[in-house]
Amino acid sequence: MQTFKAFKLGMALMMAIALASCASSDTEDMSDSSDMGMESSSSAASSSSATSNAADMGDGLTARERQQRDDSLAMTVFYFEFDRSDLSAEARAALVHHANYLKSNPSARYRLEGHADERGTREYNLALGERRAQAVERYLQVQGVSSNQLETISYGEENPVDTRTTEAAYALNRRVEVH
Amino acid sequence: MKKPGLIAITIILTSLFFTSPGYAQLQIVITQGVDDPVQIAIVPFEWNGFGLLEEDVAEIVKTNLQNSGEFRAIAEANMLSTPHEEQEVFFRDWRFLGADYLLIGKVVDNGAGGPLQVQYDFFDVLREDNLISEVVSAGRNQLRDVSHAISDKVFEEVTGVRGAFSTKILYVTSQRINADLTYYQLNMSDADGGRSQVLLNSQEPIMSPNWSPDGQKIAYVSFESTRPRIYMQELATGGREMLTEFTGINSSPVFSPDGTKMAMVLSKDGNPDIYVMDLRTRDLRRVTNHFAIDTEPSWTPDGESLIFTSERGGNSRPQIYQVSLDSGWVERLTFQGTYNSKGLMLPDGVNLLMIHRENTGDEYHLAIQNIERGTIFELTSTALDESPSIAPNASMVIYASKAGDRGILNAVSIDGRVKFQLPSAQGDVREPSWSPFFD
Repeated sequence: MQTFKAFKLGMALMMAIALASCASSDTEDMSDSSDMGMESSSSAASSSSATSNAADMGDGLTARERQQRDDSLAMTVFYFEFDRSDLSAEARAALVHHANYLKSNPSARYRLEGHADERGTREYNLALGERRAQAVERYLQVQGVSSNQLETISYGEENPVDTRTTEAAYALNRRVEVH
Repeated sequence: MKKPGLIAITIILTSLFFTSPGYAQLQIVITQGVDDPVQIAIVPFEWNGFGLLEEDVAEIVKTNLQNSGEFRAIAEANMLSTPHEEQEVFFRDWRFLGADYLLIGKVVDNGAGGPLQVQYDFFDVLREDNLISEVVSAGRNQLRDVSHAISDKVFEEVTGVRGAFSTKILYVTSQRINADLTYYQLNMSDADGGRSQVLLNSQEPIMSPNWSPDGQKIAYVSFESTRPRIYMQELATGGREMLTEFTGINSSPVFSPDGTKMAMVLSKDGNPDIYVMDLRTRDLRRVTNHFAIDTEPSWTPDGESLIFTSERGGNSRPQIYQVSLDSGWVERLTFQGTYNSKGLMLPDGVNLLMIHRENTGDEYHLAIQNIERGTIFELTSTALDESPSIAPNASMVIYASKAGDRGILNAVSIDGRVKFQLPSAQGDVREPSWSPFFD
């Protein structure tokens, strides 16, 4: 979680820099951005990569692609159908960007927390939650992410987002959270 | 008192653990009793001593027997006399009221700071027969234990089944403060919900509490390290140890009937499989090896096989299987229904208790399948049943379900005739585990 937060800060910082450099060519503005948490960042790796990207914007991405990437990385909860552990197309698209992030930041770690809705028995649901977390883990590995950057934990039905007894609540609770 | 072991445990526990009356305290509410309950007259016990007693023995016995669903107590206001000793009993008074049985007694303080004497007599009214006559010594703080012990004897005398009023239950409570903070507690109480004590406090989930067969130890899963780990805890000392910390799932600890082994679920090799740990050597033996989910082990009464839940049959639909520990032979036990899980074999070795979903809806009922005939009998009408646990006398099953959006405990007799709830004043209650007999 630490590194991921740091990454988000880095992204925010980078976007701020990009905006700043559009507005003016005064690179002194960059010093202001330290207020945004550059110094409190716990990961030198993600900060420095964000800085080097920002320096020349040399990521080869259009503004739109960059927006897609940022939206994908902001997506940290993935939902599942009842009794299923297959990833949606939207989840797979977002996870490609997460994989790229992890590959370019080898010190970053993801904790993938799998959850189930409350129907059925608890220990079976613990296994279902693990399977969902493993589905995300496997997808990231297939994209080339090192297994030592990933950890899966299942909470089964123990940690619902919504405690109500409704289909809508169940749908929110069947999930994998990226931390 | 003929149960020195139980008394010793109770005293030690009371002195060691923080007791929290009022919080997560459960109380039995009968929702369905038998059609023709036994009529019993319980006369308030006389008290010969100074001061007030904290516990009303006759009242506790009356509540216990009525909560079993098998008895109905005759109203005190209708009683024609209030005998406390055998020579004061006139059976016609009780026949007139329709009483089948009569319980009388008194509590005597002989002074000098010694224990109290609880003297009681239990009669068959129609036969005018004294069935039980006993004097029990007890400290003032042990009257609840004595009341449960008297209830046990009366219950057994009438029904032929050993009473389980002196047993205990473990259960998990949770109180959600906000999305990021939930308080979890592992609790132990009397079987009637009284005298609850907190055994473990955590801000991470606690799961699957389970008793050792001698009632001295418990095992459970705690996420306190932010990962699920199996712990074993000694009740008398509170001392505990972590048994497993493998990568992935460490869950479902269940002591073997002889107490020397523990079945559990580990996913260290990629997906959940059933393992058995030798508790003396800590050696692990892998029992199942399948790419599907295998979980929720329980021991057959003879200790030679494990019942478990698996979705190896496909379609993400769990069914119940049995594996022989000797040969490794796996046999599927359930075929009817779209979801069968958490199987527990009753002591007769023929009737399998389980959570059963008949169709594709959201109705998960506690059910019993006769594995020889294949017939299924649904015991409950609650919809989200889980975590069944069988009383040591095999007469009742305690389980968790939901009332509205809250988790509550329920109990139902094995024949489905008697039902009661154990609601909590606040928070969610779940995962009950009924203790063995303590002697």
